[in-house]
Amino acid sequence: MSQTTRASRLNLEKYGSLLALGALFILATIIGWPYFIQVENLTNVMRQASYTGIIALGMTFVIISGGIDLSVGAMAAFVASCGVLFMNYLLSRNGGNETMAIVGGVFVMVLLGGLAGAFNGLLITKGKIVPFIVTLGTMSIFRYLSLLMANAGEFASHSQAFGSFGMSKIFSFNIGNSTFSLSTPVLILLILAAILSFMLNNTKFGRHLSAVGSNSRVAQYSAIHVDRVRFWAYVILGLMVGISAALLAARFNTVSTPNFGLGFELDAIAAVIIGGTAMSGGRGSVWGTVVGILILQIIQNMLNMAGLSPYFQGVVKGIVIIASVYIQKQRQ
Amino acid sequence: MIKDKNDIILHMEGINKDFGGVPVLKDITLDVHRQEILGVIGENGAGKSTLMKILSGIYQPSSGLIYLNGEPVKIESAIKARQLGISLVPQEFNLIPDLPVYENIFLGAEILKKPGVLDKISMKEKTRELLSKLSVDIDPDARIDKISVADKQMVEICKALAFHADILILDEPTTMLTTFEIDILFKLVKALRDQGMTIIYISHKLKEIKKLCDRTIVLRDGVLVFESPTESVSVLEMAQRMVGRELESVFPPKTLPANEIVFEAKDVSVPGVLENLTFSLRKGEILGLAGLVGAGRTEVAETVLGLRKMTKGHFIVNGKQIRFNEPAEAIAAGISYLSEDRQGAGILTSFSVLKNVTLISLNNYCNSFVRLIDKELERKKVQEYVRSFRIKTESLDTLLENLSGGNQQKVSLVKSIDTNPKILIVDEPTRGVDVAAKHEIYHFIHELVKGGISCLFISSELEEIVGMCNRVVVMHEGRIAAILEESAINEEEIMIHATGAKEEVAS
Repeated sequence: MSQTTRASRLNLEKYGSLLALGALFILATIIGWPYFIQVENLTNVMRQASYTGIIALGMTFVIISGGIDLSVGAMAAFVASCGVLFMNYLLSRNGGNETMAIVGGVFVMVLLGGLAGAFNGLLITKGKIVPFIVTLGTMSIFRYLSLLMANAGEFASHSQAFGSFGMSKIFSFNIGNSTFSLSTPVLILLILAAILSFMLNNTKFGRHLSAVGSNSRVAQYSAIHVDRVRFWAYVILGLMVGISAALLAARFNTVSTPNFGLGFELDAIAAVIIGGTAMSGGRGSVWGTVVGILILQIIQNMLNMAGLSPYFQGVVKGIVIIASVYIQKQRQ
Repeated sequence: MIKDKNDIILHMEGINKDFGGVPVLKDITLDVHRQEILGVIGENGAGKSTLMKILSGIYQPSSGLIYLNGEPVKIESAIKARQLGISLVPQEFNLIPDLPVYENIFLGAEILKKPGVLDKISMKEKTRELLSKLSVDIDPDARIDKISVADKQMVEICKALAFHADILILDEPTTMLTTFEIDILFKLVKALRDQGMTIIYISHKLKEIKKLCDRTIVLRDGVLVFESPTESVSVLEMAQRMVGRELESVFPPKTLPANEIVFEAKDVSVPGVLENLTFSLRKGEILGLAGLVGAGRTEVAETVLGLRKMTKGHFIVNGKQIRFNEPAEAIAAGISYLSEDRQGAGILTSFSVLKNVTLISLNNYCNSFVRLIDKELERKKVQEYVRSFRIKTESLDTLLENLSGGNQQKVSLVKSIDTNPKILIVDEPTRGVDVAAKHEIYHFIHELVKGGISCLFISSELEEIVGMCNRVVVMHEGRIAAILEESAINEEEIMIHATGAKEEVAS
C-alpha cells in the first residue's frame, strides 16, 4: 500500500508540471480556437519561449545551488549592447569580414555573460553578500551602464546577415497547408537543456550542486568546495544569458537598451519554479524548467488570443508563480 | 481516601508516543505528588525529554490521558501548559541574546500599560523581585549575550516562575553549572518545594538525584521500569535500573594498539576555545575525548578539520607538520569526521542513501575529465555497505529523511569511511539512536580499528568512553585536564578531571 502511494507521489512530483502543461494546452486550444492550435502559432510560441528559456536553464542551476539571480535581464541588455558595438567595430574596419564580425560579436556576448556571472559569483562567495542583494545591485548596474552607453537609445547592428541568422530555421516541413519549422533558438534551447540536464544528473559537479543547495554545511563537511560550486553556477548562468542575448539581438538585429531583456528575471525564475525545482535549493530538474517556460509562454499566448490587455498577462504571471510555490509547499 | 486523591497533583495514564512509527514512549502510567521533588532518570534516548515535552504542551501524546488535580486535561500548546500552571525549563536555553533580561522573562507575555504599549517599569520591577527571590545578582537591564551561562540558567528559571506555576519541570539544569552554582540551584529548588511547588527534575547525574529528590523514577527505552522513594535506593541500583544489563557485554573487547603514532596535536591553541593541546593517537587506537559541555571536545574536531583558526601549534600527520584550512584538506590527508550534528553537518536528509554514502568519496567513482559518475560502480559499492552494515532501507534511492535515527547514523558512518581514512574522528557516534543500533555502531568502530584505522572518540556518555577507549583525554575549559590510561579509565576519575575538581583541590 505505502509503496504504491509513494510511487504515485513521486510521479506527481516528477510529472506534475508536464500534466499541467497538457491541461493548459487543451484549455488554450479551446479558448484560442482555431488560431492557437495552428502550426505557425505553435512554432512561434516555441521560438518566443526559447530566449527566456535558455536563461531559465542556467537559473535552474543557480536556484538548485540555493541562490537566485535577479540581474539576468539587465545583464542580457548589457552584453548584447557591448556585443553589437564590437560587431559593428569589426565590420567598420577595412575589409571587415561579415562572418568574422558576427562570430566576434557573439563571442564577446557569451564571454561577457560569463564574466558578468563570475562578477556576481565572486561578490556572493568571496564578498559573502546574499545573492538577492548582490544581483539586485548588479541588475541596476548592468541596466544603467547600457542606458548610459546608448544614451537610453538603441544600438542597431550594421550586419544584415546577423539579422537573418536571428530569423533562421533549421528545417521546415509542411503539414497540410501549414508549415512547421524548427527555428535556431529552439534547437539551441533543446541542445543546452540536454547538456545541462546531463551535467546535473551524471557528473560530480551536478551532484555537488544539489548537495550545496540542500545543506551547505553538510557539503562543507563532506569536502565539497562550496564556494567554488556556487561560483560556477553563476558563471554558467552568465554564459546562458550571453547565448540568449546573442539570439535575441539577432532576432531584432538591434538592441534597445531600455527594453531589451526587461522582466526576463521574472520569467526565468517563474519557469524554474513551475518546473518543480525547489525554491529552497537542493533538487530540481532542467527539463522541468523547459516545461515551465512553455507553460508561461502558452498562458501568455492564450491571454493574447482571448483579447486581454497585455498588462493583464503580468498579473496572471504573478499569480501563477505564487500558486506554484504554494503547491510546492503543500506537497512537502 | 479524599486526602489521598488530593495528594496527587498530576496523573498520567497509558501515555504512548511515537515519531514516524518509531515508539519513543510506551504505556507510561505515573503519579506525581503535590509538593515533591520527583527525579526522572534514564540514558540518552530513554524518553525523558519527550515525556516532559508532552507535559509542557510541545508534543502531543499518540495515546493516553493526563489528569491535573483529578481533572482530565488536554495540553495542546505551551501556552495552555502555562495556563494550567506547568512550566518547563528546557535543557537548551530559549533566550534571545539581543534582548535584556527583563524582556526575555516576559517574552510573549509582556505587561502592558495600555494595548500595545509596554510597561517596562513594572516588568523591570517584577524581574528584580524574582531575581532577589532566587538570591542571584543579575541586572534586569543586562543583555542576555553579556551574562554568564549560570546566570542564563537562572534567567530561564525566573522565566518559568514569572507566572503562576504549580509544577516546575527542570530538564538537565546542571549541565552547564559549576559545583558552587549547583548548590545554589539545589537550595532554590528545595525552597520552592517548601513554598508549595511540585518539581520534576530530569537528570542523568545520579548523585544529584540522590541528593535532591524525594522520589525517583527510571525510564529505559521509553518504558517506566522503576519507581521508588529516593532514600531506599542506592546510586548503584539506579545505574543498574537505568542500563538494565551488564555493562561489559555491551562493548566489544578492547584491542591493543600498535606503537606507531599516526596523528599528533602539538600545542594547539584557538583563542577563547582551546589552549595548548598536545596529544597523540596511535595506529589502531581508540582515544577518548571526554569533558563537560563547553569543554571544547567538538572544537578539537573542528580545529583538526580547519573550521577554526589556530593561532599556535600544529598537527603531525604521517610525520608531516601540517595545519588544515578546510575539511577538504583534512580529508585528503586521510582524516574523516563523523559529526555530532547528524542532520546539520553529517547527512543530507533530502538525498538518497546512495548519494549520501558517496558524497565525500565521489571522486573514486568518477572517470574522465568531466568527472562523469560511474553509476553502476556506485550502486554496487553502496549495496555492499547496506548489507554489511545492516542498514534498514527500502532501497538505495530512499531519501534519508525516511530512515530511522540509527540507520541515518549508519549511513553517516559509512559516508565517513568510504574515503578509506586512516584517522576517524567520531563525535557522539550514538546520539539519538536506539539501543540495538548503538551496539552495532560500537562493533563497527571496533572492526574498523582492528582493520588498522585509528579513532578519536568524542562522547559525553561516559560509559561508552569507558567501554570503548584505550586511553582518554579529559578536557576542562579548553585545556587537557588529564590523559587517563588502563585502570584509571572509570567514570569517577573522568568526572573529577572534567569538572576541574582536581585543580580546585590543588589550589
